[in-house]
Amino acid sequence: MSRNRQLSAGRGVYAFLGAAVLVSVFPLYWTLVAASRNNTDIHSVPPILLPGANLLHNIGQAFSQTDMGLALLNSLIVSSLVTASVVLTSTFGGFAFAKLPFRGSRPLLATVVATMMVPTQLGIIPLYIMMANWFHWADHLQALIVPAAANAFGLFFMRQYLVTSLPDELLDAGRIDGCTTRGLVRHIVLPTARPAMSVLGMLTFMATWNDFYWPKVVMTQQNPTIQLTLSELASGYIKDYSLVLTGALVASLPVIAVFLLMGRQIIDGIMQGATKG
Amino acid sequence: MAASVSAGRPARAARAPVAAHRRHRLDRTLSPYLYIAPFFLVFAGFGLFPMLYTGYVSMTNWRVDVPGSQGQWVGLENYRKLLDDPFFLNALKNTVGIGVLSTVPQLLLALVLAHLLNYRMRGRTLFRLGVLLPNVTSVAAVTLIFVQLFGRDYGLINWTLGLFGVEHIDWQAGTLSSWTAISAIVTWRWTGYNALIFLAAMQAVPFELYEAAAIDGASRWRQFRSITVPMLRPTILFSVIVSTIGALQLFGEPMLFGQQQDPTTGGSQHQFQTLALYSYNQFWGRFKYGYGAAVSWAMFLLIVVIVGANLIAARRMKGLDA
Repeated sequence: MSRNRQLSAGRGVYAFLGAAVLVSVFPLYWTLVAASRNNTDIHSVPPILLPGANLLHNIGQAFSQTDMGLALLNSLIVSSLVTASVVLTSTFGGFAFAKLPFRGSRPLLATVVATMMVPTQLGIIPLYIMMANWFHWADHLQALIVPAAANAFGLFFMRQYLVTSLPDELLDAGRIDGCTTRGLVRHIVLPTARPAMSVLGMLTFMATWNDFYWPKVVMTQQNPTIQLTLSELASGYIKDYSLVLTGALVASLPVIAVFLLMGRQIIDGIMQGATKG
Repeated sequence: MAASVSAGRPARAARAPVAAHRRHRLDRTLSPYLYIAPFFLVFAGFGLFPMLYTGYVSMTNWRVDVPGSQGQWVGLENYRKLLDDPFFLNALKNTVGIGVLSTVPQLLLALVLAHLLNYRMRGRTLFRLGVLLPNVTSVAAVTLIFVQLFGRDYGLINWTLGLFGVEHIDWQAGTLSSWTAISAIVTWRWTGYNALIFLAAMQAVPFELYEAAAIDGASRWRQFRSITVPMLRPTILFSVIVSTIGALQLFGEPMLFGQQQDPTTGGSQHQFQTLALYSYNQFWGRFKYGYGAAVSWAMFLLIVVIVGANLIAARRMKGLDA
């Protein structure tokens, strides 16, 4: 692309973007400040804008007042299993839609895309009835894992990637060598799909970790995810804001860490999805 | 790579050519369906079926606190009641109001941000990471952080406004103030994400168009209006639709923004109770399964209507240009 022919940024552009980044980052920085101080400090006028020394004490408090350890473990288990399942099912299905000829593939793909429009909330009442009365899974982790085991976004995302990134010649060569379809998947598709799989994995992990509505419906404070524990921290009548924001910090740290480590790939993934979709 | 792994295959196949051939054909016809099956199974069981079942429940008078009411058919009665229900109409108003307040500024701001991010500059990745950061934090965490920032007595936002002589605002109390605060939370979380989507589309616009326009004497602003925006129309439409669907389902933000004992009321006067909150309230607070289901389906129909209107409007606009 003609990047070197793009207009070069002037001071105004830097200033505006700098302000945008500041507005984006500041609330999270403020969370760190509040989580490392006490309730009185947060309420001082003019506000104190530098971190204090109370962070470890607050984290200890948050862990002793709620089931935060259990919640973190639950969220880790659910997010990891959902991510593994979504990445695998999406890669297999995406490969089939991208490269395998089969009857009905076009209308079926259109169906996949159409289902992305259906709001998840529409089925939440029956879904709860199914989980609670039929399967007796309410308040069990499988109620969060099984319904999320595959989704249309992931399937379409992998399909879009493999259509362009997986050369037909490679597959034909594999067929001539006598590969079964499973052999093709193992030796050609999985290695080719790896970059897109890692982007999808990160996006899925973050979305699952952050999910609030469905866990709120089907789980209780006896067996919470981290987002539920966080809302529990905030539901007391008299709030200790340094404690609430400590919870927000603990709940956000894992995804922010993933983001800082793999941010560049996530950006590429979002932008590629935009132009190909 | 593939060749080395499967080198043994042809020899074995020669021994039993017919069987191998049949197995090969079976593999070719069946495996695509096996590979796409997991998604369709999950969707059928946990997406499509519950959705249709919601439709059925919405036509019954099912209340958990009334034994024997399950399956009591009332036809469209629940939907007729919706139209007379002041709380439903209020939730509808709140949802649309917050939706407009959050979607419109968000997308305009994202367009400007994308335009600026498209300049050649130092620290490109850092700027992009910075604006995307809000999107990776959870609804629960973000809302609770903003509840503190929007605090009436000690919140940073009121303190900052105070520097300009503005009296302290009780953000939760008023209709417009609570809508503004909730919209600010949504906007903060999604602007950067949409900016990156727009940026990707901008980079696909051929540079020659801008060169030609510059030769014709078009100003930067004129180029943005007459080249960038029209070329981005499909992407903008996509973002409008996705943001609209998200806005109409708004749940976590208004729920955690409220300071009442019952978080599903959406403020002391229901001033920010959205449709999703109202449905949740009817279902889990009042045990009215049938009525709650009708609210959910009404919400879905609203999404279909608004998305449809968007698509028609987009086609009209295209027609006007041509």
